[in-house]
Amino acid sequence: MITISSRFHADSLLTWLLRLTGAAAVLVLGGIIAVLLIQSAPFMLEHSLALWRNDWQPGQARYGMAAMIAGSIMVSVLALVIAGPAAVLLAAWLRYFAPLARRPVLALVELMAGIPSVVYGLWGMLVLVPRINQWAPPGASWLAASLVLALMILPLALLVTDTALGQLPGRYLQAGQALSLSRVGMLRRVLLPQAGPAIVSGLVLQFGRALGETMAVLMVAGNVVRWPTSLFDPVRTLTANIALEMAYATGDHRVALFASGLLLLLVTAVLLALSWRLRGERHEMA
Amino acid sequence: MRWPDRLAGVIGALLLLAVLVPMGLMLWSLLEQGAGVISVDFLLDDPRQAGRAGGIAALLVSTGWILAVCLLVAVPMGLGCALYLSEQVPAGTRRAQWLGGTLDMLAAVPSIVYGLFGYQFFAISLGLGFSLLSGGLALALMVLPLMIRSAEQALRAVPLSYRQAGESLSISRWGWVRRILIPQAAPGIAVGIILSIGRALAETAVLLFTAGYVLRQPDSLLDSGRALSVHIYDLAMNVPGGMPRAAATGLVLVAILIVLNLSVRRLLRPAQGAWQ
Amino acid sequence: MMKLPVVVMALLVLAGCGTREESLVITGSSTIAPLMTELAERYEETTGVQVDVQSGGSGRGISDTCQGLADFGMVSRALKAEEGDLTAHLVGRDGIAMIVNALNPVTRLNDAQIVAIYTGEQQSWSAFGGNDAAINVVHKADGRSTQELFLEHFGLSNDQVTPDMVIGENQQGIKAVASDVNAIGYVSIGTAIYEADAGAPLRLLPLSGVPATLEQVDQGRYPLSRELNLVSQGELSDAASEFLAFITDPAQAGIYHDYYFLPVSR
Repeated sequence: MITISSRFHADSLLTWLLRLTGAAAVLVLGGIIAVLLIQSAPFMLEHSLALWRNDWQPGQARYGMAAMIAGSIMVSVLALVIAGPAAVLLAAWLRYFAPLARRPVLALVELMAGIPSVVYGLWGMLVLVPRINQWAPPGASWLAASLVLALMILPLALLVTDTALGQLPGRYLQAGQALSLSRVGMLRRVLLPQAGPAIVSGLVLQFGRALGETMAVLMVAGNVVRWPTSLFDPVRTLTANIALEMAYATGDHRVALFASGLLLLLVTAVLLALSWRLRGERHEMA
Repeated sequence: MRWPDRLAGVIGALLLLAVLVPMGLMLWSLLEQGAGVISVDFLLDDPRQAGRAGGIAALLVSTGWILAVCLLVAVPMGLGCALYLSEQVPAGTRRAQWLGGTLDMLAAVPSIVYGLFGYQFFAISLGLGFSLLSGGLALALMVLPLMIRSAEQALRAVPLSYRQAGESLSISRWGWVRRILIPQAAPGIAVGIILSIGRALAETAVLLFTAGYVLRQPDSLLDSGRALSVHIYDLAMNVPGGMPRAAATGLVLVAILIVLNLSVRRLLRPAQGAWQ
Repeated sequence: MMKLPVVVMALLVLAGCGTREESLVITGSSTIAPLMTELAERYEETTGVQVDVQSGGSGRGISDTCQGLADFGMVSRALKAEEGDLTAHLVGRDGIAMIVNALNPVTRLNDAQIVAIYTGEQQSWSAFGGNDAAINVVHKADGRSTQELFLEHFGLSNDQVTPDMVIGENQQGIKAVASDVNAIGYVSIGTAIYEADAGAPLRLLPLSGVPATLEQVDQGRYPLSRELNLVSQGELSDAASEFLAFITDPAQAGIYHDYYFLPVSR
């Protein structure tokens, strides 16, 4: 580390400037939470228990979010169940079975990762939902939302898994080959378990992302506030709810939406902590 | 023992198809609906008839201004914070972990929360109303963590030998940062900027609540202006007969993102070793 | 290093403040917003006065006007009694039509049947002479005036409705019904006729025996018609009155017809 010489004023100025901007990041997060808390505090105190009921009728001052919380979670869980294994398998396949295809496919996948969610949502609405509707009306449903979300989180999940596999020491592969294990065997017993924590932590982050997705879900999930009992039932997520009702909400209704935003933030924080735990280290830069 | 490998090979290929086919279909339907509308005029004309006719020139301008505000705030702050982290906070210490954790948290916040916050704070509390400024500032908050992380990675990747060389020459810290560190880390920092632009461009919900809906060419930052992503949403969902232009705008947006993506790869190539 | 961008931004903001001239802000109903955007476009071309149109719903239009945040509020219904301190300026008329898919054999439904469908009492089209298929009920989200008017007309409260799909904007409803043979929904008549004419597979159902056409709305016979209002508070500024005069001028009637709304002028 270069020591600071008191002869150079610029240096101490620089240090202070840097400290300031460093603090800025923490301030921003704190600010966001503070604003959300201040907005929702009186409301939360008044309605604290009622929030957990399944009874969302803002027109009649009933703010039970339970069904929407469930909707958010179920849609994201299914998306992860679809995309997670697919991403891991694909990454492994690309690396060990079709290494020639790896570069181009990864490039394509990076592209997919950048497509705006509105586009995914439009496609889902115009193509996927009518297809599902032919099978099992009404079409706009839990399944539709999860499929679109899965398509959206797959690219990053794939990239993370690929990175994790790439960071494994080469000697694992060599040892496996020396023992003449089949590639499948190697993956199953050595490579995947070793890369496991990093992969899972990446998947947890993608789950968080699925939880926070708004536009695409808004367009294909059906947006009916009720407990989804079947895959083909329509659901409403917390995020879609905020987007749908924010512009039209006044007074308590608006505050209820802020409260749901806070809830999302909290859940994200918990997921994040989980992902750190899994990786073992809290400050990983992968 | 060859058959598990064979089977796995086939399954992998099938999975790949399962992923690529929907993507292909998606792009195909965009092309189908919107290709007929795209032309140079589309990019140069202003929207008419609430977006059903004309082009997207005003939107490109609005989007450009929103991005400009976003970057003007996020890049200096992000770079400053990254410098702080790389210079003052050695990797692996508790402070590093806490700060890193906070940043990861910020990066994982659902974007709609930034929309809510932006609306409440910038549009209402600060009185900026629906404006490019509100939108840009809200987006700046959203991409700041990404910016910081990318820049930090790039800065920390500068080899120790450079620092030691600077030390041995008794260059002032500020001088060293300015003339050696930042130029060396520049490609990585540029990547961070481009990733942030990509993230900002794809964002709809945040801008709906902050930058607003107005189709006109903005005269000032306090004017409201519609971003490309919001335009796609409005044309598809609210304007009768808006679908073709929604698809065309979607194609333009995807094209921009492809160009950004290619730039990232270009900039990353020389620094292969330090990056992946 | 931090100072430069701050200075630049300050300059830009100041530059912005300098160019503010006469301008109007109109917020409110998303049904009226596209129409108003186009009228504003036309107005700016002729007079150079800036008119900003923001969406956000009729409720928003009212609250913004009350708080002085907007010069006009777009409200796609008549004002309620408690909104009496605002003045409503009628600019057009519209209606709400029940729509089904063109391939649906059912061609008419009376009020009681519609209520039965929306409350979930009747779940299959076969009860009305249609296919033996489950009815997909499309309903609008809370807070939209289209939804309020619908509920009011049929004497329902929102918690009595059991929808299969909830939509936010008109177009989402159109797309939902057009792509689903068994769906039923309600949207603005103007939007529905526009899309049907443009080729979307929709059928507008007659309400209480009255066909859902603009002529019927014009003659006051259609039961679910609604006013399209610009509301304001207090006295209108010169700029505002001029704008109002402009958009209600018969010369602009063509734009209303483009959207299949009824202009108030003749």
